[in-house]
This record gives sequence, structure tokens and C-alpha cells, in this order.
Amino acid sequence: MEMNFEHRIAASREQVWTALNDTDILKAAITGCSSMEATGENSFKAQITAKVGPVKAKFTFDIALSDIDPPNGYTITAEGQGGAAGFAKGGATVSLREDGAETILAYSAKANVGGKLAQLGARLIDGAAQKMANEFFVKFSELAADPSSIAVDQSVPEKESGIPAWAWLVGLLALTVLSLLSFG
Amino acid sequence: MAENGIGVSVRRKEDNRFLIGKGRYTDDINVAGQTYAAFVRSPHAHATINGIDKSAAEASVGVIAVFTGDDLAADGIGPLICGVTVPSDDGEPHRAPAHPALAQGKVNYVGDHVAVVIAETQAQAREGAEKVGVDYTALPAVTDTGSAADDGQPQIHDVAPNNMCYNWPFGDKDAVEAAFASAHKVSTLDLVNNRMVTNPMEPRAALAEYNAGTEEITLHLTTQNPHVHRLVMSAFNQLAPEHKLRIVSPDVGGGFGAKIFVYAEELVVGWSCRKVNRPVKWTGDRTEAFLADAHGRDHVATAEMALDENGKFLAMRVMTKANLGAYLSTFATMVPSYLYAFLFAGQYTTPLIYSEVKTVFTNTAPVDASRGAGRPEATYLLERLVDVAAADMGLEPAEIRRRNFIPKDAFPYQTPVVQCYDSGDYETALDKALALADYDGFAARAEEAKSRGLRRGIGLSSYVEACGIAPSAAVGQLGAGVGLWESAQVRFNPTGNVQVFTGTHSHGQGHETTFAQLVTEQLGVPIENIEVIHGDTAKTQFGMGTYGSRSLAVGGVAIAKACEKLIAKGKKIAAHALEAAEGDIEFADGNFTIAGTDKAMNIAEVAFNAYVPHSYPEGLEPGFDENAFFDPMNFSFPAGTHICEVEVDPETGVVEIVKYSAVDDFGKLINPMIVEGQVHGGIVHGIGQALLEVCRYDSEGQLITATYMDYAMPRADNVPSFDVDYAPTDPPHNPLGVKGCGEAGAIGAPPAVINAITNALGVKHIDMPATPENVWRAAQGAA
Repeated sequence: MEMNFEHRIAASREQVWTALNDTDILKAAITGCSSMEATGENSFKAQITAKVGPVKAKFTFDIALSDIDPPNGYTITAEGQGGAAGFAKGGATVSLREDGAETILAYSAKANVGGKLAQLGARLIDGAAQKMANEFFVKFSELAADPSSIAVDQSVPEKESGIPAWAWLVGLLALTVLSLLSFG
Repeated sequence: MAENGIGVSVRRKEDNRFLIGKGRYTDDINVAGQTYAAFVRSPHAHATINGIDKSAAEASVGVIAVFTGDDLAADGIGPLICGVTVPSDDGEPHRAPAHPALAQGKVNYVGDHVAVVIAETQAQAREGAEKVGVDYTALPAVTDTGSAADDGQPQIHDVAPNNMCYNWPFGDKDAVEAAFASAHKVSTLDLVNNRMVTNPMEPRAALAEYNAGTEEITLHLTTQNPHVHRLVMSAFNQLAPEHKLRIVSPDVGGGFGAKIFVYAEELVVGWSCRKVNRPVKWTGDRTEAFLADAHGRDHVATAEMALDENGKFLAMRVMTKANLGAYLSTFATMVPSYLYAFLFAGQYTTPLIYSEVKTVFTNTAPVDASRGAGRPEATYLLERLVDVAAADMGLEPAEIRRRNFIPKDAFPYQTPVVQCYDSGDYETALDKALALADYDGFAARAEEAKSRGLRRGIGLSSYVEACGIAPSAAVGQLGAGVGLWESAQVRFNPTGNVQVFTGTHSHGQGHETTFAQLVTEQLGVPIENIEVIHGDTAKTQFGMGTYGSRSLAVGGVAIAKACEKLIAKGKKIAAHALEAAEGDIEFADGNFTIAGTDKAMNIAEVAFNAYVPHSYPEGLEPGFDENAFFDPMNFSFPAGTHICEVEVDPETGVVEIVKYSAVDDFGKLINPMIVEGQVHGGIVHGIGQALLEVCRYDSEGQLITATYMDYAMPRADNVPSFDVDYAPTDPPHNPLGVKGCGEAGAIGAPPAVINAITNALGVKHIDMPATPENVWRAAQGAA
């Protein structure tokens, strides 16, 4: 199963780039995202609590990037384990491009879900993922345009200075993770 | 006729307890010290297990134990068995992969059992189960029935190359080919018999207790056949010796086949109560029922009929692929073979029939008997093919059936496919059904519907089925590991009331009433003084349980035979008590009378006398309690014609069943109200398959119809008020003159519904379920 999606962000590519480098913004924009960390070169672990119909579970996603072509795009493969809720796995290609003063983020994803997520959520999952993606884009667009509007959780340690090159990709892959949830 | 005897629509005795909330189901039973089991199930359709980390689960609050397949294997428990052998065309028996109750290094379907967690509460057990860490390596899955045996598909079991269980040819292939070569016409149909989830209202459950003092395991189960469970679990699964294993099947909320089989959960719960030395309860939830109850149907077939210029059937050929799921369930092999291909003659004189059944393993739940079990698949295929042949020949559907019916004076009728039909009068049933349905008035109704923008269609299904599952000699020859007789014990208590012990099991069928009617008819005891007892291996003698519409036709006769023995003994006792010769004693209406006199003893007085035998002569045993076993010489062959009338909205594809008429031959009816209820339920089941129900796995083997939002069950607004009538014949081998009625509706209805829809749309075929989308697409294509 495939999903192709484009979203126009009302901010310059520079602003989007900056915002995507800001893990506070990303965490604030992704509903249910509690952590993202590197586990190696071009591999990460992300924890996202997702609710699809009657299934609510914390998914731990193992994510690997390949074909990295900054700042044009990359290929992502991800596998998320949600314990008793099941799993999600798949891959996507992601790209950013400028369109005048705005930026268009595009991704093309393929994915499967399994276990309880497929059993109970199959018919709800498209809507749930769409809702999560919409929430992300609304929040992310706001935050990209005005980073000062973020309510920073002070308990979270300050991000290290000198953001590594993979950090902006994490934001994109978080979107992809959302899209992974849209297939059953 | 006794007041509440044979032929009376007595209100169901058992309904009082159900209506006042006093039914007692397995989950209603709680015992001191009870613990709870939760199963860890595979989220993958096909995967190897690299390791299982129990530590987090074991440390979880309330968790008592976590067991895996290694623990079961260490105790020598299992594996689960399939009880019927079917030969494959290579001369070998069917391929039987090991079926461990808990996985051994590999899982083969979503819902497969990986581990069990025992905890103090159900919530703690479930939470513990979520904490069991299972390291899987996912493997490619195979789910599609039609292509599972193709080259290059993922392989599930080493012992089953190309995922084949068996390829079972039956019939004279050359003779059939010759008949096809010289036929006037050949009609062909490709069809799918949609996979069903059986969906009894009560999910499966188990409660196991171990008594260390007596070393006895008592296992309460939702089973249709407690003695079969005890036998299999004792003889094949090594759970406990048979005399140390008691199976109790209390009130059970529907079975429809899904509760025949010995399941992994039942065996694991039975075993684990001894491991933890505490009672263990497991109650399946609805998702578990979807995932791990045995499913039904799931065929892909091509059927061909060779006809002469008069529309007479010359020969029939059927190629079938049947999905058995990931493992063989208890009776899986027999359903798409003996219970299917032996019904291809239907009501017709087709002289030559050849079929091949290829059964395949897939990464889906096991498939086994479900209401009808093989006969709905055979009937759907045949009755659809007959309609296609009628269209090809330009004959009216009723007419082509009439031309090919086995005539009523030809019974017993030996078909070319093993079965010898007991009795039947198919033309009378057809004529009655045509009248009941006002078949002649259909054209006018169709015209009127057209004025409302609707397409009206009418469809026939003239079915025959083989039920009363027995006889031992026949099923033994076919490879069944058990005989299929039935038993009864009829016991008078000293005060004159009666306990009837039956080896069958009632899970909604109304046996407590029907069987009591048999006894009141025969013995003259008031029905309120008769109690029917079933479902407890410690109370009832060995029996084979309830499935295949066998309870009355086999078990009922056993009861009647026990009653005959009581009458014979009662004559001896009455003769002694009345100081008469035994030969002078007559029995009628509950009284033993010296012929030609008014000297008599009521049967209750005889019973009391039998237990107070102060002066019995040598040779006259005290007691008034008789056992009987009945093993019939043949199956029972109910038959009939069902006629469905539909209105289809070509704009929306919505099908409304506007009229449904059923005329069945069930032999003699004991309780017409209960029979009619069984007919209604069966038809609704069949309508569900025809219009609504389909179980789907995606290509990865994920079950995507695991809720009632995704799997549509028939509801009251999907069905009309049924017109039901009967055209009984007298089956000569059945002492009560009865046939089975529990599955007929589910067998007869699907082709009647689809024939009506194809008639409305003017299309050759539409696969089940005929959902609005499928019908709309067909309507667009036909427009």
C-alpha cells in the first residue's frame, strides 16, 4: 500500500530548515512524541504514543536513513513496536523544495501495520493518521513561522549546541512515522 | 399423542433460567483461589521466534507464572491433533505438521499462541502478557487460497512442500471426461466460497481446577462435545488419564461448530492449573475469537456440468482449492473432502461425478467445521452451477431442477459419490415451495418493482445434506479415528421422576425440551417430571457430542431405545407386583396393565417398586435405570427447496430480501416451534454469508476483519419474515423417523440468495458476500 502526500508550509525554506533543526519544536509539534535520539550514524529511536480508535500504545520506532541527499531528500525505513498493540513497518522517500516564499514538503510512503493495530484499527487508522498529520502541520507551521511561541518544557534538558546534520531529518521522519500509521 | 409429546410445540423448558438471568456459563463460575490466564499471541503471520524474555512479565505485579512452548514440551503435553485421515493422490496420507499448543520456535498466523501468563487477576494477567518480550524475525506470509500451492510461495511447514496438505481426487476421471467430450452443452462456473468467522455469541472460555488429593483435573469448557475433549486430551495430549480428567460444559452460548475442536487455550489452561496448583481461568475476548477460533469455508473452485439436449445432467467435474489455515484443527481434513465432495450429486441423478480437492496451508487461523461444514460449500457450488446451466440451456430454473430430480420412488438412492440417500420427495418440496413463494406471480411483482426503479429477482436452491453425523462403520472407512454413535441413560428416581442423561450437548438447540418430549411420549411421565442432563463427563456416560445435526437423529434414538428397555423391565416388575404373567402386561400412556383387566400400575409406582424390592424373585434386578447406545446404519439426508426473492437498487447496490420461502424435509418433527427456530437461524446464517460476512487477511497475513465494525453479522433488518413449511418423508433406517434440522438453513440459503441477485441483475455470477459495492459493480457491468 502506498501513500503520497505534499504539504505546503507558509514559511521560507530557511525558516523550515531552522525549525526542523529545533528538537523542541519537533517534539511540540508531534502529538505524543516523548523522545528522539540517535542510536548510530543515520539511525534513531523515537518514542511516540499513538491512539487509533480503541488502541493506545507507546511505539518505539527504530529508524534508519539511507540515500541521504541533503537538503533534497532521503529514504527512510522504520519499524515500530507497540508491544501488545502490534507493530508498524515500512519505508518512505521524503523531499523538501522551495516554492516562492513557501516550502513544499513531499513524501511517498509504503507501510504495513500488524497485530492489534491492524485488527482493531484498520478502518480507523487512515483518519487517525490524517488527524495526527494535520495537527503536526498546523502546529509546525505556526512554530516554524514564530519559534518564540513555543512553550518549552523546562524539565527537558537543553539541546546541545551544534545540532548534528541528522536532526532536521528527524522531523521529516517523524512525519513519515505518522504516515506509516495510515496503512493496514 | 401425549400432552407434551411428539409433535407439540412445547415452550422450551430451559428458557426460564436464561430469561431470568440464571444461565450458568463457564465464565459465570468462580472458585476459591482462582487465577487468570492471558495468552501472548503473535502479531506476525509468519515469523521465527529468536527468543522469549519472560523476566519483565515475571516481575509484573500479580504475575504467578509465565509458560512457553518449552514448558509444555518438557511435560510432554500435546501437540494438538487432527482426527481424520484423508489420502493424497501420491498414496500418502495428508500432511500433518506438528501443532504445538504454545509455539515452538515459530509462529504461523496472527493470533498464534506464544506464551501464557498466569496472574492473580485478569488485568494483571493481561498486563503481564504485554510485558513478555518476544524477539521475532518476520518471514514472508502466504494467505491466498488460490495461489498458496504455487511455486515460489513462502513455505510454512517442512513436512508440507508447496503448502499442500492433500490433493484428493474422487470419481472416475476418464468416464467424466468422455461424457464431457460428447455432451450437448457444458456449463462452467468459477466461484469463491467466502471465508467465515463462526461467531458464537459467547466467546470460548476455560476454568481448570486440580485437586492434589485426588489428582483429578476438572476442566470447565465451552465445548459442544465434552467427552471428545476428554478423550483427545487424555489419549493424545497427555493432559491426564481419562478417569482423572473431568470435563464440564455448562450452559454454552452457541457453538455452530466453532466449539467442537480441542483448542490450544483449553489444553494450556488444563495443564497450567497443576503447574501453579491453583485454579486457572481463561475467558477469551471477542478479538481472540476472531483471531483464534477455527474459521469456516474458504474455497476457490471451478465447477462444470455436462448436459444433453434436454437439459439432463450427464456428468459433473469440480476442481477445488480449500484453505485449511496454518495448522490442522481437530476435524479440518474431513470438511472439504468427505463432507463436501460426497454431496455433489445434490438432488439430481447426475450419473458421473469427478472432483479434485487440493487443500493448502496458509498463514491464517485454522479452518474447520462451521454450521454445515462442507455441505454449504457443495450446495452453493452445485445450485449456482445448476442456475448457470439453466441459463445456458434456455430453461427455467425450476424446470431444469425438475428434469434432473431423483424420483421419489427411487429411494434409497445410491449416488455416484458414496452417499446412499435414505428418503426424499424432492418434487413435492419444490412444488410446495413454488406455491409458498407465489412463484407464478413473480413476473408481475418484478414489473411493479421496475416502476420503483428496482430490479426484482427470484432464486431457487434445492439442497440435500448429509447430517446425523454417525454412522461409525461409514466414518471409520473414511478415516475417522472415532466412532460416531450416541448414548443415553434414562433413570427413574424412586419417586417417579426421570433423569435423562445424553451424550449430546445442548448449546442453544433446546434438547432439554425436545428430549423430554420423546420421554413423555414414550413413558407417559409428565414433562415437568423429566430432567435432561448433559455436558458433564462425571455425570453422563460417554457420548460424542453435538454437531452435524446429529443430536436428535442419533442421540434421540438412543434415548428412545433406553425407554424401550425401561418398558421391557417395567413389564417384569409390574408382572411380579400384580401377580400376573409378564406376557399379559401391556404398557400404554404410562400405565402397565394386565391385558383385559383394569388392574394396572403407573410407571411411577413401578419405579418405586423397583427401588423397594423386598420380595423380588431371583433373576429380577432391582432398579429402574437403563442405558442404550445407538449407531445408525446411515446418515440422515434432509432436503428441500428454498426460494429467495430480492429487490436490488441498481443505483446503490443495496439488496433487500423481500420474501423467503423454505420447504424442508426433516422427517418427523418433535417440536415444530424449535425446528422452525432452527430453520430461521440457519437461513439467517446463510443470508449472512451471502450478503454480509467475509473474513479477510491482507497480503501480509494481518486479519483486517477482527471487529464487528469490519465483519458484518446479519441483523434483524437484513432479513424478512420467513415462510416455512415442510414436505416430510420417512427415513427407513431411523427408528424415530427424524432427520436433522440445525444446519439446513445455512446450507440452503446462500445459493438461493445469490441466484435471486443474479436473476435480478441478469448476470451470470456474483461472488459472496453480495455487498452493496459488489452488487453495484455487477449492476454497472450488466447495464
